[in-house]
Amino acid sequence: MTPLLSTCRQSAAQALRLFAVLMLVTGLAYPLLVTGLAQLVFPQAANGSLVTVNGRAVGSRLIGQSFTDPGHFWGRPSATAGQPYNGLGSGGSNLGPAHPDLQAAVAARIRALRAADPGNTAPVPADLVTASASGLDPHLSPAAARWQALRVARVRGLAPQRVLALIEMHTERPLLGILGDPVVNVLALNLALDAAAGS
Amino acid sequence: MTQDLFLLTLLFLALLGAMAWPLGAHMARLFSGTYAWQPRLEAGLLRLLRLNGDDMRWTVYALGVLLFNLIGLLVLYGLQRLQGGLPFNPQGFGAVSADSAFNTAISFVTNTNWQGYAGESTMSHGVQMLGLTVQNFLSAATGIVVAIALMRGFALRAAAGLGNVWLDLLRAVLGVLLPLSLLLALALAGLGVVQSLDAHVTVALHGTPGSTQTLPLGPVASQEAIKLLGTNGGGFFNANSAHPFENPSALTNLLEMLAIFLVPAALCFAFGRLVGDRRQGWTLLAAMTLLFLIMLAVFFAAESSANPLLTALGVDGHAGNLEGKELRFGLAGSSLFAVVTTAASCGAVNAMHDSLMPLAGLVTLLQMQLGEVIFGGVGSGFYGMLLFAVVAVFVAGLMIGRTPEYLGKKIQSFDIRMTMLALLATPLLVLAGTALSVVLPAGLAGPANPGAHGFSEVLYAFSSAANNNGSAFAGLSANTPFYNTLLGLAMWFGRFLVIVPVLALAGSLAAKKAVPVTSGTLRTDTGLFVGLLMGAVLIVGALTYLPALALGPIAEHLTLFGIH
Repeated sequence: MTPLLSTCRQSAAQALRLFAVLMLVTGLAYPLLVTGLAQLVFPQAANGSLVTVNGRAVGSRLIGQSFTDPGHFWGRPSATAGQPYNGLGSGGSNLGPAHPDLQAAVAARIRALRAADPGNTAPVPADLVTASASGLDPHLSPAAARWQALRVARVRGLAPQRVLALIEMHTERPLLGILGDPVVNVLALNLALDAAAGS
Repeated sequence: MTQDLFLLTLLFLALLGAMAWPLGAHMARLFSGTYAWQPRLEAGLLRLLRLNGDDMRWTVYALGVLLFNLIGLLVLYGLQRLQGGLPFNPQGFGAVSADSAFNTAISFVTNTNWQGYAGESTMSHGVQMLGLTVQNFLSAATGIVVAIALMRGFALRAAAGLGNVWLDLLRAVLGVLLPLSLLLALALAGLGVVQSLDAHVTVALHGTPGSTQTLPLGPVASQEAIKLLGTNGGGFFNANSAHPFENPSALTNLLEMLAIFLVPAALCFAFGRLVGDRRQGWTLLAAMTLLFLIMLAVFFAAESSANPLLTALGVDGHAGNLEGKELRFGLAGSSLFAVVTTAASCGAVNAMHDSLMPLAGLVTLLQMQLGEVIFGGVGSGFYGMLLFAVVAVFVAGLMIGRTPEYLGKKIQSFDIRMTMLALLATPLLVLAGTALSVVLPAGLAGPANPGAHGFSEVLYAFSSAANNNGSAFAGLSANTPFYNTLLGLAMWFGRFLVIVPVLALAGSLAAKKAVPVTSGTLRTDTGLFVGLLMGAVLIVGALTYLPALALGPIAEHLTLFGIH
C-alpha cells in the first residue's frame, strides 16, 4: 500500500505544478498576447467592426438591428432573449420544424408583411419570416430585400428603380464564388437609403 | 444548390489534406522526440518544473492523466464559484450556481463543452480565460496524449512503458495546440472576431432614434481558436459560432471548419508514421472520409428540402430550411459545419440544431452515437476509431478462423475485453440517461418541443454528453439541478470509462512482441479493410440506437411529410 500511496502523492504534486504553469501560459499569457496584438494591428475588427455616421457609432457591420417602420428594410425575425436583436441575449428560436408555435409565428410575420404592403402577393422569401440562429443576423437575401423594394420606394417617395439599384449596389458576392451565398447588409442598405432619401 | 455544397466540400477536403499532412509529420517527430532541439529543451523544462521524466507503465500514465484532469475539475469549479471576487470581471457577474458550475467544470474538462448557461450573461472574462480557455487546451491535450499512447502500444515491441505523461502533455500544449491557436486567433481577430478586455460597447441605433444597442465584447478570438482546434466547442456567446462576433463571414466559417478537423486528420498521418506503415494511417482516414461524405449527403438532402408546413402558409421554399440559420454562410456552409461539428466531437454550432429538418437532426444524432469516430474529437476520435479497428480484425478473425492481429500485435482476450468496455460504456450512458429522463417528472419538464421532437431533444442531450460532443437541441431546458447532475455524470464517465480501458489496452499491446506477417495475415491497409471498418462502426451503432432513433427523428419525419 505504501509504494502505491507514495506514487499517488508524487504524481499529484507533479500534476499540480504542471497544471499551474500551463494554466498561466494558456489562460493568461496567451489571451493577453492575442489581445495586445489584435488591438495593435486590427483595432477596428477587434472592437466590433463599428459603423460610424458623422463620427457617431450607429451599429456594427456584423450585428443586425431591429427595423420596424415601413420606410426601412426589415431584417430577419430575431429570437434573442427579452427583445429582438438584443446584443446581450443571442440565440435562436429552437423550434423544431413541426412545432405549432413555428407555424403560428411564421403566419403572423407573413400577415405583418402583407399588411404593410397590401399589393404584394409574391411568395415570401423564407429568410424574411424565419428566425436566424444568433438572432443577430445582419443580412437579408437579395430576394428578401427586393421583395420589400416597392413598399420602401412608395413610403420614401423614391423611384423603385433607384431602390432596386441600391439593393444591387449593396449585394455582397460570395468569395471565390463558392464561400457563402449573396447577401445584403441591412444596416448598410438602410443607411444608403436614408442618404438617398435625404438628398 | 448541390453544386455549392460539392465545390465547398472539395475545397474543404483539399485544404484539410494540405494542412493535416505536414502537421501529422510534425506530431510524429515531436512525440518521438526526434527533433534535434528537443532533448535539451525538454530536459530543462522537466528539471525546472521538477517533473519526473521516466518512462511510465500504463497504470502510472493513466494515474497522471486522471490526476491532471481532477485538478482541472476542482480549479474550474472553484473559479466559477468565486467569480464575483476574481479579476477581469468588468460586467460584475457573481458566483455561478453550484449545480451549473459542477456541470460546466466537468463539461470543459472532458472536452465536451456542453453549455447549460448563456456565456454573455454568466461568465466573466476572467473565468472565460483562466477557466474555460485553459481547459480548452488541457482537455484537448489529454485526448492527444491518450491517442499517442495507444499508437505507441502498436509501435513498441515488448516494452514496459508507454512514455512519459508530463512530457507528452507539454508537447501537446506547447508544441501543437498553442502555436496553432495563436495563428488562428490572430487570423480570426483580423476578420472581425472581437478581442478586447472591455465588457461591451453601446451604440445609438439608427433605425429607432433614442434607442441603443449594447454589443458584447471580450477575449473571444483567443478562445474561439482553441475552441475549434481542440474540438471543444464551447461558445463565448450563447449562439456559439452562429454569433457574428464569433464567426463573422463565410471565410471565417471555412477556417473554423478546417480547425475542427485539422488535428484529428493529422493524427491519422502521425499514426502511419509512428507504426512505420503510412498506408495504415491512410486506411483509417479513408474510412472516416467516406463515412463523413455519406452523412453529409443525407444531411444536405434533408436541409435543402422545404418545410411543407411553411410552404403551405405562402413561404417560398426553394432556399431550403432557414429557421435557425445565418445567411452569410449559405445553406452549404451551414450544412457542412453541422456535419463537421458532430462528426468531430466539437459541438460548436453555426446553426441551431433544434430547428433542423428531422433527417438532418438524425444525422447529427447518429454521428455522435457512433462514438464520435468520424474524425472525432482531438485524440478521442482517433483512439475511438482504433477500437473499432480492433473489433473489425476480431470479427474478421472469427470469420476466417485465425487469431486476430492488428499491426503485428495479437489481439487477445484482455485486449478485446478492454475494447468492448470502452465501446459499451457510452451507449449505456446514453440509453439509460434518456430512459430515466423520459419517465421522471424532473426530466419531462425539460423539452421545449412537443411529441417526437421533444424526445429527440432528450436523446440528443445524452448522446452529446456521453460522447463528449457538447452541441444541443437547445430548446431543452437543461440548466436545472436534474439535467446538470445527470448530464455531468454522463460526460465524466463517457470520457474516463473510455480513456482508462484505452490506456490499459495500450499497455497490454506495448508489452507484446510482434508476430511476423504471413500470407494468412489479414491485411489492414486495403479497400476491403476500409469496408470492414466502416461496417463495424455502422453495425454497432445501428444495432444500438435504431429503436431510439425511430421514436425521435424518424417518427417526426414521417409525421411532418404526412407519410403513414
